[in-house]
Amino acid sequence: MTALREAPTALPADPVRGVRRNLRRRTVLTCAGLLGVLAAAFLASLVVGDFPLGVGDVVASLTGRGTRASDFIIYDLRLPRVLSGLLVGFALGMAGAVFQTMLRNPLASPDIIGITAGASAAAVTALLLFGLSGVAVAASAFGGALVTALAIYLLAWRQGVAGTRLVLVGIGVGAVLLSVIDFLMTRAQVNDAQVALVWLTGSLNGADAAALRPLAVLVVVVVPLTLWASRTLSGLQLGDDTARALGVGVERSRLLLMLFAVALAAVATSVAGPVGFVAFVSGPISRQLTGTAGAGLVPAGLVGAAVVTLADFAGQHLLPLQLPVGVLTAAVGAPYLIYLLLRTNAASARKG
Amino acid sequence: MTLLETRTTTHQLETRGLSLGYGDRLVVEELSLPVPTGQVSVVIGANGCGKSTLLRGMARLLPPAAGVVLLDGRDLHRMPSRSVAQVLGLLPQAPTAPEGITVADLVGRGRHPHQTWFRSWSAADEQAVTEALVLTDTLELAERPVDELSGGQRQRVWIAMALAQQTDLLLLDEPTTYLDLAHQVEVLDLLTDLNRRRGTTIVIVMHDLNLACRYADHLVALKDGHVVAAGPSHEVVTPETIAEVYGLTARVIDDPVSHTPTVIPVGRHHCG
Repeated sequence: MTALREAPTALPADPVRGVRRNLRRRTVLTCAGLLGVLAAAFLASLVVGDFPLGVGDVVASLTGRGTRASDFIIYDLRLPRVLSGLLVGFALGMAGAVFQTMLRNPLASPDIIGITAGASAAAVTALLLFGLSGVAVAASAFGGALVTALAIYLLAWRQGVAGTRLVLVGIGVGAVLLSVIDFLMTRAQVNDAQVALVWLTGSLNGADAAALRPLAVLVVVVVPLTLWASRTLSGLQLGDDTARALGVGVERSRLLLMLFAVALAAVATSVAGPVGFVAFVSGPISRQLTGTAGAGLVPAGLVGAAVVTLADFAGQHLLPLQLPVGVLTAAVGAPYLIYLLLRTNAASARKG
Repeated sequence: MTLLETRTTTHQLETRGLSLGYGDRLVVEELSLPVPTGQVSVVIGANGCGKSTLLRGMARLLPPAAGVVLLDGRDLHRMPSRSVAQVLGLLPQAPTAPEGITVADLVGRGRHPHQTWFRSWSAADEQAVTEALVLTDTLELAERPVDELSGGQRQRVWIAMALAQQTDLLLLDEPTTYLDLAHQVEVLDLLTDLNRRRGTTIVIVMHDLNLACRYADHLVALKDGHVVAAGPSHEVVTPETIAEVYGLTARVIDDPVSHTPTVIPVGRHHCG
């Protein structure tokens, strides 16, 4: 640095604008690419199945000119499933990116810190202990996620909530909840346990038009709220002190963002169960694709949607046996978790 | 436009009877300190004397246990964060950047208090960021990821972020720690330029006494959360104050370059 440069009369041709434009362009291109993938997956999910339909049949049904058989297959079977997959994935991807950015920790996604486990534990309790079913179970799952998030927040509170402490508390709470689920399963009747199994892996088998409704509400209400609240994320991402220096009301912003992100994860889980690792991998994948360090909530949501729809498609049609979507996402996500843990360990070993 | 066009600083910062602490433990007690407007103040003191805590309190990162921080006569902790952040900037000690963030992106985040949801990025923001990059000589690094930079470059980038915030008051918590001597001098020169040309009021917490003496218009010596002495460095830095603040025997001689005090410590060995 040559001290301070003598004041030039004009600033140089602006590279800042160029850098920002390039980043924006890449984000837009990424989103467009992801939308293309989603469109293809959407169409494939409607076309492929035990009863094959042509693209023409699908388009005819979707535009209201289909036969009764194709209408039934599209509207009652395949469309609710693929739409649920898209929305569940989008909600999980966005929720994960919010948590990871806000707490500055890639491990801090709702499926790692016990929030989806809270939803599952509540759903399994409702099913097995109280004999509830249908919407009541979904509502319990939603409530379970919210209560778990609140419990983790309060347990981690020491004049403010630090990322690492919240992650550790969350992992602990998640472990407790999983053992609650295990306990209930061992005491359950075989048939009940079969139903409750969905709440352990995450599956779109139960997705129907009724399950779609809360998801649609979610998209219309919570996603814009999350995006509105996300303006403070770019500050929060720099740490509490810097964020405060930049005029961000840290605790208030964090509480608000956490509330919306928990709502996203909770509704998604109440529809499809804890589809593992989607929230966890979406943010990092979208960041790789867009090349930005920002929160990138929309691309993260799109990645989540792609992961769930592609995994569900593969689980239904591409493998020798049909598998629930959660098994496939776990197969993709678990190695990434191990990689991340190893890398974190290596980094702290280097520092320490 | 020209860089560093002169502005008149009118904003005033002072603490009155300020106590700060963590839990029950008070680190700063009933401290009343006016910050001279338009000057460079440097706060010195032994480890754990409360100088960083004081800075955090003045930047409203820490709520007062008692007393107030006044910004233009108003209680800082009752003002909206955004309006404070337009006037008062802070560079925390050892800030951490998100993985993979580029220099331009990081510096751009300094514009947060000037942006709203509806007006997210303007020509003024762009100009402020470019200006901050030019001032800190980091313009060529604009596209580089921050994690790939050297320590000195990284510190300049963080200072650029604080500059992009365009505040009349700038507080810096140990901005020269972890830098080699050449980079320390560069950073302090940069801050002095900022003060002289723009009139920015600057408060720096730092350890190096001799550099503190040279760069401070106003030197504040703290011990156990109290002000031991405050004023121009030749008044503050005497063998008596050094003994009181650091518990160290020292001689004070004239810095042949800047004619400010230089502290020569006297230890048990190698001292004649």
